[in-house]
Amino acid sequence: MSYWFKTDHKMPHTRLSIVSYSIAVMMVLLLSGFWKLQIIDSEHYNQLAERNSIRSIPIIAPRGNMLDREGRVLVDSYPSFSVLLLRDDPALLDHGLPQIAEGLSISIDDLRQQVESARPLPKFQPIVIKPEASKADIAFIESHRADIPLLEMLMVHRRRYIPGGFMAHASGYVGEVSEQQVENSNGRLRPGDIVGKTGLEKQYNDTLMGVDGMRRAIVNSVGREVGRLTETEAIPGKPVQLTIDYDLQAAAEQALQGRKGSIVVLNPRNGEVLAMASRPAPDPNEFAVRIQRDQWQRLNDDPDVPLLNRSIQAQLAPGSVFKIIMATAMLESKAVPESMTVFCPGYAEFYGRQFKCWVFGKTTHGLVDFHKAIVQSCDIFFYNLGKRLGIDRISYYASHLGLGKRTGIDLPAEENGLVPSEEWVNRVYHRKWYPGETISVAVGQGAVTATPLQLARMIGGVAMGGIFKRPHLLKDAKNVGEERFAISEDTTEKVTQGMWGVVNEGGTASSAKLPGIEMSGKSGSAQVIGYDTRNKVGKKKKFKDNAWFVGYAPRRDPEIVVAVLVEEGEHGGAVGGPMARDIVKAYYDKKNGKLQQQYTAQNKQYDLSSGLPQANVLQPRAFLKPPEVPADVRPSRAERASASQ
Amino acid sequence: MRDSQGVREYDWWLLALVFTICGIGILEIYSATHASHFAGMHTRQIWWVVVGTILLFAFSRFNYHTILDQAPILYLVGVLALGSVLMVGHTRFGAKRWIPVLGQFLQVSELVKLIIIIVLARFFSDVRTDRLSLADLIKAGVLCGLPLGLILLQPDLGTAMVLLPMLVVGVFLAGIEWKHVLAVVLLALMMLPVGWHVLKPYQKERITTFLHPEDDPKGSGYQILQSKIAVGSGGFRGKGLGNGSQNQLGFVPVRYSDFILAALAEEFGFAGVFTTLVLYMALLLRLVQNAQRAKDRAGMFLVMGVAAALSFHVLVNVAMVIGYMPVTGIPLPLMSYGGSATLFVFLSLGLVMNVRIRRFVN
Repeated sequence: MSYWFKTDHKMPHTRLSIVSYSIAVMMVLLLSGFWKLQIIDSEHYNQLAERNSIRSIPIIAPRGNMLDREGRVLVDSYPSFSVLLLRDDPALLDHGLPQIAEGLSISIDDLRQQVESARPLPKFQPIVIKPEASKADIAFIESHRADIPLLEMLMVHRRRYIPGGFMAHASGYVGEVSEQQVENSNGRLRPGDIVGKTGLEKQYNDTLMGVDGMRRAIVNSVGREVGRLTETEAIPGKPVQLTIDYDLQAAAEQALQGRKGSIVVLNPRNGEVLAMASRPAPDPNEFAVRIQRDQWQRLNDDPDVPLLNRSIQAQLAPGSVFKIIMATAMLESKAVPESMTVFCPGYAEFYGRQFKCWVFGKTTHGLVDFHKAIVQSCDIFFYNLGKRLGIDRISYYASHLGLGKRTGIDLPAEENGLVPSEEWVNRVYHRKWYPGETISVAVGQGAVTATPLQLARMIGGVAMGGIFKRPHLLKDAKNVGEERFAISEDTTEKVTQGMWGVVNEGGTASSAKLPGIEMSGKSGSAQVIGYDTRNKVGKKKKFKDNAWFVGYAPRRDPEIVVAVLVEEGEHGGAVGGPMARDIVKAYYDKKNGKLQQQYTAQNKQYDLSSGLPQANVLQPRAFLKPPEVPADVRPSRAERASASQ
Repeated sequence: MRDSQGVREYDWWLLALVFTICGIGILEIYSATHASHFAGMHTRQIWWVVVGTILLFAFSRFNYHTILDQAPILYLVGVLALGSVLMVGHTRFGAKRWIPVLGQFLQVSELVKLIIIIVLARFFSDVRTDRLSLADLIKAGVLCGLPLGLILLQPDLGTAMVLLPMLVVGVFLAGIEWKHVLAVVLLALMMLPVGWHVLKPYQKERITTFLHPEDDPKGSGYQILQSKIAVGSGGFRGKGLGNGSQNQLGFVPVRYSDFILAALAEEFGFAGVFTTLVLYMALLLRLVQNAQRAKDRAGMFLVMGVAAALSFHVLVNVAMVIGYMPVTGIPLPLMSYGGSATLFVFLSLGLVMNVRIRRFVN
């Protein structure tokens, strides 16, 4: 053992003390660091911990399907992926955007704008930057999880509609909830939710829409999910079964192919809507993902207004269909003797002005009684009738038979139509009613307007003897409303006899005749613009008459009413009649167990000029110029084009 | 001749502090890992502590004078071991640090730390004056520099750095002159750019990240950020054992080892951290006190070498946890999980006991 340590100096006590103090100072410094983090900035780090550890990804609940009356799927959903951008890290976001834009092939300006517009939202709320991810997008996201931990995929359910605009207006479409809807929902809706925007999607949104679930996932440092904490299951939306019959709807859609108009099929006994078609129609699949602005603009600017649900929103002059209201008013009010006859020379003069019958220049109706007036749709008879009833009675009966007010169908944005009256001109135009206007209204021209649904309900209700079931699209609806307006048995019998004659006694809609079926109805051709204007601009197609036909079967207590509107179709009986006939035939064929193919194939085309006598396809018109309708009572452009004559 | 005194002369207060800190460490290792695939880690740590304790008592039985006598041979062994690690060592995490010993992978550099403490103690006690000459300063620097360089080659910047405080505290206690301090500092500043080029890319990255953490929030800056979030969100009272989300969800990086204090801070809050750091302070001050009471300068230098190493570990690790220093991979002594590190601490405390139980013996 060596003794090198024996001669040691004494200890460097001062320096050892300095080391001790250094250790103490070091500890105080470290503790002050903890004090700052844990006491002073604790709240800040608490939030960071809360936000950073657990990522909440919504689980989107699928919307309920829409089914037809037999359970066939009309609208369903399919799974798809959206790309979510996580925004909790602004620095990372700025760095990553160009790469993301390139990887997902979005324009960088577009992306920047999306991020910018989401700035008011809380940072931890991700935004959808690409609603429909392609396979390449998914590969990009998966392979760049580590270096771009900003992207996440969200499984969503896209709405799928029968293509080509099938039932598009009735079904409506879905879209991102608007701010106002969020505010009005009492917290039930959140920004970004997909809700029904129009039609049944909107009407039954609460049923169709499920409750989104939430997956709280643990993500590690590179944004990869390493575990799940809790998962709140999504509650899928409930299906909605409709009164729509797919086969009849298909027949109606087919009938309107390439035309502008609407077909409404009702069962007046219970108010069920069996079909509701409106053309032209947008294809809601095109905005199931996201409506492009230019596309939306195009749809809105289209002069054919494809977004208008003509069945409930087209407010047009009903033309001669209105004569059923006149006929009912005549018999019910007893202001005019039933035995009234009029001689029709093709024209007549009222209040110093000449009014023509629709056969003017070709033939005359000769002596016309009540029945013949309906069957032949003689304008002269109804001009006289209108003059004798007066506008008050006409408007009373028109209102009570359902014109000028909503039918109350379970669809949003139904229009009222208009029943003019002395009170109305007084209120709106601050002038007196001109007696000449009554003459126009008597044949469904002038200021009177109605929707196809209103006319279907009216004709059905009259044939039911004054029972008006509220039209509805929801099958098994409870407490279907009804309105009663007592029409005497005698009146019902005589008016329906007239409508039977329209089809079966060589009337204006002979083309609608069906063997073995008591097909009845009333045609109409309504002028779109005034006669004077038409002369000025020349006889362009744009100003062709609107064709109406409201057919039903059987003659009394009908089980099916079909209202057909073909804009610019010119001749109600000739154009609308066969359409209604085919749908009624389809209905009975199906009821009697025949294959649906039989009628859908037949339905395809209409040869308008084939075998129809010219005399039958011309329609009445009146020559009185109606008052100019001011802007504030014009609900839409389409209506403006056609409501006045 | 009786070489030491009885069991009463062991520093039982020091041991009490050591086992309390180990207990806190094991509790937190349990909390941090029981729900993960690391489960069972705390039991292994208990075994390391038990083995360490046995080694501590065993090591304290050899007279430290005898150990100091063998300093040159130990130094040779240490340098050779470091050299062999570089040649045949087991590569883990991109660095050659481990050689297989007794079926476990021991980190040779931990053992080398202990050897350097002994070698420096021997060297400084040989100086005999209260003044450190320039020649002796340079000798000490070279003595320390060789193994330091070898450890840097592994590369293990963290462990290499631990050698420096031993040297610094040693030369300070040995009586370095102020002009030499100035010279060394100037030299170090001039070497800094050179040193930067020697650093491995990941080491450079850690330093740049430390200086600009916002550049890399998901890389190593992310680790510090997560650590700070864990600490900060703990608040004063903490979230409770097993309730720290940062810890339990794995956001705290290596939460059972280097960042164990972050896990503790989250679950036990400032109160827990305060208690722990006060325990560490008591431990370190107790070491200095033992140095003051050592029988000779050799014993004093041994104890202070240990104190310097442990203080540096605590300082660097704790400062890293709260984002005051870059990530270096230096564990928290006695608390962090790890065999080599735990054994090093217990062996070095064995040295301290060795000196203590012989303070009254001639």
